[in-house]
Amino acid sequence: MKIALASGKGGTGKTTMAVALARAARSPVRLLDCDVEGPNCHLFIKPVLERSEIVTVSVPVVDKNLCKPCGKCAEICRFNAIASIKLAPLFFPELCHACGGCIQVCPENAIGEIQRDVGLLECGSSDGLEFIQGRLMIGEAMATPVIKAVKRYQSDELLTLIDCPPGTACPFAAAVRGCDYVLLVTEPTPFGLHDLKLAVATLRRMGIAAGVIVNRCVDRDNMIAAYCREENIPLHLQVPEQRRIAEASSRGRMLLEVAPEFGSKLREVLQMVTERISGGQR
Amino acid sequence: MKIAITTTGDSLQAPLDMRFGRAVGFLIYDLDKGTAEFVSNSQNLNAAQGAGIQAAQTLVATGAEGLITGHCGPKAFQVLEAAGVAVFNTRAANVDEALTLYKKGDLTAVASADVEGHWT
Ligand code: SF4
Ligand code: SF4
Repeated sequence: MKIALASGKGGTGKTTMAVALARAARSPVRLLDCDVEGPNCHLFIKPVLERSEIVTVSVPVVDKNLCKPCGKCAEICRFNAIASIKLAPLFFPELCHACGGCIQVCPENAIGEIQRDVGLLECGSSDGLEFIQGRLMIGEAMATPVIKAVKRYQSDELLTLIDCPPGTACPFAAAVRGCDYVLLVTEPTPFGLHDLKLAVATLRRMGIAAGVIVNRCVDRDNMIAAYCREENIPLHLQVPEQRRIAEASSRGRMLLEVAPEFGSKLREVLQMVTERISGGQR
Repeated sequence: MKIAITTTGDSLQAPLDMRFGRAVGFLIYDLDKGTAEFVSNSQNLNAAQGAGIQAAQTLVATGAEGLITGHCGPKAFQVLEAAGVAVFNTRAANVDEALTLYKKGDLTAVASADVEGHWT
C-alpha cells in the first residue's frame, strides 16, 4: 500500500505528519523522502544510512567535428536547453529534460549522450523503519529523475509512506504517481485552502484518491472543513494548534514524543485510508 | 556595425526594457547608416525556462555586435559571449539616451553576467 503525504503549500507540517504516521503504524513501514530539494525526514527519524548511490540523467553532447551548424537541434528543443549561433550549438544540460529530440533530429548524427550526476539516493533504517531519501545536488533544477529513483523503492507489500515535495508541479506529480492514496496536509488559512484546491485538482486529473489532514487548527469548524464537505473529500484528522507540537517539530522531535495521544488517532487514519483503498472508493 | 537595445516599444523614445530574456523586443540600431529596426522578442515572454538563451539566439541572428540592456543573466551571457556580442549594462531611461551614452563611450562592456539566473 502506497500513501503519499503532500501539501500544496510548504511548511504545513507534512513531514511531521509523515514521520508520525510511520511511527504510529503497527505494521512494517518504508518511508520515502521525495522532497528532494530539502529532504528533512531524516532530522526526525535519525536513520543509520547504510548505502547510497548517485542518480544520473543522460544529457546530450555534441561532437563539434561532426556538426555542420544547421540549428535543427536548437529549433526542436522545447526546453530552450540549446542555443544555436553560427558555430556548433551550445548546450545547457541543467535545462535539459532528456527527451532525446535533438539526438533524433540531428542530420549529422553529431549528438551523443553522456551521464550527468544530478542527485544522491540514500537508504537506511531507524528502529525497524526502512528509510530511503533522495537529495538533489546543489544547483540542479531537475528534481523529477531523483524522485523517480526514490520511487523505485515503493512497495505494495508493505506500507510505503511518501513525503512529497511542496507545490503541485512536475516534482509533486512524479511523487504521487502510482500511489493508492494521497493525504493532503494543510492549514486553515486562505493560502492553505488555495493551494489545497490546486492539489485536489491535480490529483483528480491524475485519478488518485485523496483525503485531508488539517494542521494547526484553532476552530474545528474552519474553511478547510467547509471545503471538504462541499467537495465531498474525506477530512481524516484535525490537529489543534499547540505550542508543544510546534516546538517539537522545530527541534526535530517527533509528534508522538510530545503528544503520544495522537498515536491512536493516526492509526485510525491509516485504518480509514486502508478501507477506502480496498473499497476502491475515489 | 549594429547595436541592439532592449526596449518596450519600437521607437527611439521608447523606455528601455531592463530585462533581456523577457524583454518586449530589441531595437537594432545601425551605427553606420543611422537606421533602426525593431525585432520582437514576444515568443519568449512566456517561455517556461531558458528565455535568456532564446533571446540571445534571436539577437545573434540579427547580426548585432553589441547589446545594451539593464541586466543579463549567466546563460544568456554565455551564448552572447560565444557569439562575440559585447554586453553593456545601463540604467538609461530610454533607447535614445542609451545610444547617446554608448556613442560617447560612457558604457563599458561587462565581463560577466550581472544577475543570477533563476536556475543557478
Ligand atoms: S534531449 Fe530534449 S530537452 Fe534535452 S537538449 Fe535535447 S531536445 Fe532539449
Ligand atoms: S542538429 Fe546536429 S548538425 Fe545541426 S546544429 Fe545541431 S548538432 Fe549541429
